[in-house]
Amino acid sequence: MLKNRIIPCLDVKNGRVVKGINFVDLKDAGDPVEQAKIYSDGGADEICFLDITASNENRDTIYGVVKDTSKKCFVPLTVGGGVRSADDINKLLNCGADKVSINTAAVQNSEVVVESSKKFGSQCIVVAIDAKKNGNKWEVFTHGGRNNTGIDAIEFAKKMENSGAGELLVTSMDRDGTQVGYDIDLMFKISKKVNIPVIASGGVGNLDHLVDGIKLGNASAVLAASIFHYGKYSVKQAKEYLDSKGIPVRI
Amino acid sequence: MNITIVDYNSGNISSVVNSFKEVAQNKVNVEVTSDLKKIESSDKVVLPGQGSFKSCVDALNNINGLVESLDKFSIEDKKPILGICVGLQMFADIGYEETETKGLGWIPGKVFKINNQNGKYKLPHIGWNQINIVKESKIFKNIENNTHMYFVHSYEFIPNDKNVISATTDYSSNIVCSVEKENIFGTQFHPEKSDKIGLKIIDNFIKL
Repeated sequence: MLKNRIIPCLDVKNGRVVKGINFVDLKDAGDPVEQAKIYSDGGADEICFLDITASNENRDTIYGVVKDTSKKCFVPLTVGGGVRSADDINKLLNCGADKVSINTAAVQNSEVVVESSKKFGSQCIVVAIDAKKNGNKWEVFTHGGRNNTGIDAIEFAKKMENSGAGELLVTSMDRDGTQVGYDIDLMFKISKKVNIPVIASGGVGNLDHLVDGIKLGNASAVLAASIFHYGKYSVKQAKEYLDSKGIPVRI
Repeated sequence: MNITIVDYNSGNISSVVNSFKEVAQNKVNVEVTSDLKKIESSDKVVLPGQGSFKSCVDALNNINGLVESLDKFSIEDKKPILGICVGLQMFADIGYEETETKGLGWIPGKVFKINNQNGKYKLPHIGWNQINIVKESKIFKNIENNTHMYFVHSYEFIPNDKNVISATTDYSSNIVCSVEKENIFGTQFHPEKSDKIGLKIIDNFIKL
């Protein structure tokens, strides 16, 4: 039976791990390579690096981080942030990333998704959707959550599936950093709309939130940063808890 | 001993390279090349594969003489070869991804899209799934049954002769996830991404 995945995410800035609260107010907390190794040894199903300020700054530091991590971690590694072109994707894959997540570039030009999924295979193309609720719908944000595009997030999710995305990483902007839980409604609606796996992100504060993301949000995988990063829970604890709630996990 | 990982410009092979180097350390020489002479003279070959069946076959055919060298290595000389993911799928006669495409034809069979039962199962099949070992395989030495491996694929290999199947995994149906036919080995899952247990499979292949 296919297991639901737990994916710790490390937000990286200038080669160092940080975790923002609502994408601002960053705190420095460690070396990404070491952190990733701790997670993979602890049973993480995948590791995710998000180069959060990459859209605006020199991002070459991430290549070194990916290179070093991929020599030590033998679970899938997803890298996102500031990925604009097939060329960027190629560079990250060559450094040892297994999947690359595309956010702003996918919104601005869906051809990037079409082209890169053809070139590298859908299996390595994750489209990251940052969505914020506005009335009855959710709107897609770009540039690390700074720009509202007004695009309907659920329609956009379907478009990305049709463009060749292999997975969707859906982050609720309203919940990110709040620790009050995923936006279940958003996760469920997108997951029902598409036939590709959805990774829920944004807002995890406790282990029940992970359970809800899978059971209620219908997510294939759950991503979290702070709860693991600051040692509130280990990946192992999270898995044991999900297992106790009847969710299939790899233990 | 020399192990060659075939670099034929098809997708991302860095994880495969990293994992083999990690397991081999300095005891075994790991080459990453498309050089035909090196391939033919090596002791073992690894054929990775990402992207579509068609794009991988096209990429093989784009390198003059590569298919012939691989044929010589595995069919004439009968030296051990390991296909990973689409690398395994290409052992088939025909694949149906994008368009009908001829494979290497080493293990009679075809590669079809996984039946997702009208959307009941998400595709690609991504994540950790258990393998059900149905026959002894040299690459499964000290690997327990029902071990988790990492998968990412939408197509499955259906061989004509079921005796080549060494393991299956349950996703919509029993999907063939490992084959062994004499010197030819293949895994649909990614041992290079399946943590320590995956590295053990690589170690088993290296020690063949």
